[in-house]
Amino acid sequence: MGTVILLALTGLGLAALYFLVASGLSLVFGLADVLNFAHGLFLGVGAYGTWWAAGNLPGAGSDGFGFVLAVAFGVAAGTLVAILVELVLIRPLYSRTIEQVLVTVGLSLAGVALLQATWGADARTFPRPDWTRQVTGILGAQVPNGGLLLIVAAVLVLGAILAFLRWTRYGLVIRAGVENREMVTALGIDVRKAFTLVFAIGGAAAALAGALGGVYFGTVSPGQGGSLLIFAFIVVVIGGMGSVVGSAYAAVVVGLVQQFVNYYGTSGLGDICVVGLLAVVLLLRPQGIAGKVATA
Amino acid sequence: MTVIDAPRAQVPDELSPQRGRWHRVRPFLPLVALAVLAILPYSTISLPGIFEGPVNSPGTLQLLAICLIFGGLAAGYDLLFGRTGMLSFGHALYFAAGVYGTDILVTRAGLPLWQAALLTITGGTILAALLGAVALRTVGIAFAMVTLAFAQVGAILVARDFGGLTGGEEGLPLDVSGLPAGLVGVTNTVNLYWLALAYLTLVVFVVHRVSGSPTGRVLAGLRDDERRIGVLGLDPYRYKLVAFTLAGGLASAGGVVYVLIVGGASPHITSSELTLSLLVMVVLGGPGTRWGPVLGGVLYMYLDHRLTAFGTSDAVDNLPAVLSRPLSQPLFVLGTVFILAVYFFPGGITSLAPRLSHLTRSLRPPR
Repeated sequence: MGTVILLALTGLGLAALYFLVASGLSLVFGLADVLNFAHGLFLGVGAYGTWWAAGNLPGAGSDGFGFVLAVAFGVAAGTLVAILVELVLIRPLYSRTIEQVLVTVGLSLAGVALLQATWGADARTFPRPDWTRQVTGILGAQVPNGGLLLIVAAVLVLGAILAFLRWTRYGLVIRAGVENREMVTALGIDVRKAFTLVFAIGGAAAALAGALGGVYFGTVSPGQGGSLLIFAFIVVVIGGMGSVVGSAYAAVVVGLVQQFVNYYGTSGLGDICVVGLLAVVLLLRPQGIAGKVATA
Repeated sequence: MTVIDAPRAQVPDELSPQRGRWHRVRPFLPLVALAVLAILPYSTISLPGIFEGPVNSPGTLQLLAICLIFGGLAAGYDLLFGRTGMLSFGHALYFAAGVYGTDILVTRAGLPLWQAALLTITGGTILAALLGAVALRTVGIAFAMVTLAFAQVGAILVARDFGGLTGGEEGLPLDVSGLPAGLVGVTNTVNLYWLALAYLTLVVFVVHRVSGSPTGRVLAGLRDDERRIGVLGLDPYRYKLVAFTLAGGLASAGGVVYVLIVGGASPHITSSELTLSLLVMVVLGGPGTRWGPVLGGVLYMYLDHRLTAFGTSDAVDNLPAVLSRPLSQPLFVLGTVFILAVYFFPGGITSLAPRLSHLTRSLRPPR
């Protein structure tokens, strides 16, 4: 029983990580039709930003309020990079989808290389607070606190994004834009502002994933974002493009399947099962599990 | 569902000013280039700055051979991307199938090379047909994701070393004892170079024959407007599957030659980064054009290798750290060049010639 609980909770921790990456990806995808290959870069910026701030920013550190400040700095850095990417690189290619995807491909190559040039290719130890290294006993399972932190953060982010989409004017524009961009544009609403906003939200969530992922894994490396990104893509497609709730469901399914199969089968088999799941979902329900594309 | 608006083919420069003599020579240029490339290993000239040693030194020949292989791979990938408008993110899988298939059959099973190569190419083609049959039920971005996911399975299988076949992270060096003597050893690099040249020629020939045939016209039609092909009573699915299978088979053939040149398989060739590189090559060269992908592939691989040497050279080391560190990363330079190319040269390298001729014409004083 303890093993099952432990596996379920670590699986949910992984799912939280996937959700944080996939939520922004899914909104960008639904609204702008852009498969953002540079999304892993935002994660890397968040992770390295937090890592840098913990060592260099006055007042920040690896514990208590200092760590919160470091994470805030990392998230701010990731958000800033995401906004810049949208304004400088994506916006001039408005409605030229394939070029937008190509630009993000180039950016993902160049950006990761830049991180590697600055901080080296090897993984660095992440300055995590002491309490995240400890474990909590839940129903007989010793669960690492880092994973629990991720789950809490992901639930909070999910709630915040949903509240934003449901109850604000821009949320309404984004929801409508995901549903039918041409119609919203025809009504005289500037969807491009919504693009920038969606990039900022996605960048912030991905940067948070980077910072908390550093806590979860204990290290940070330039390639981390890229390896998570592929599973985030899978989560987005399974969940239904543009649907944040769908991404949350899909992230849970993918995280749990991966964790349980990897434990009870061979290591690596879980990853393959996830791809199999993707193939099955696409063949049976090409629009993803959230049904109709695009709801909050 | 997203429908990818694929890059259109470049208008052939029939309107270019230099007709006349140049125009009559032009069709024979590829043959001249082939002849020059074929006799290149006999020359001992050294080009300082471009190559490290003389042209016929094994190091230079190996670099050239790798460049030629990737020229061929990019041309094969362009059959999907530039000519049919299919954005596949899993092309690395079929190349890796060629590399690992040959390596495993020769090193682990002890088959002679020709049998291993034949089995591998057949297997790679069948694999492409099977996976393509599933992936092609989706279109646009979803198709890109499915192919990416399938390729990821390949990468996982290789990295996790199931059954101890692939050597995991360390890769699998090729056992040369069973290979023909002419393909082994540093002194025989020239034969591998010719093999690579033959591969490139084969791919270019096949791709041109296909795109010139009625099937090629259907593929171009699929790229421009898939519904129109459906309305004409042709089955888009079947044509796309043919293109996908053919491109997969060509890629696995490239893998067979590549493993001989490099002398083993390493897991990085299974990564999605390789497919992204192929995409970069095609877009840099000019998608859907006759020579663009080949030029893009050769240039990309050359830069990738040379930039590493350039990055560690004194000229770069003496620069301030802010500049020298990014410049020592080939991918940083290539990624930046790629982004700039997407903005300023949408047609790639091959679109430069017509642009330049327009420019010179407009600069010339009117007569």
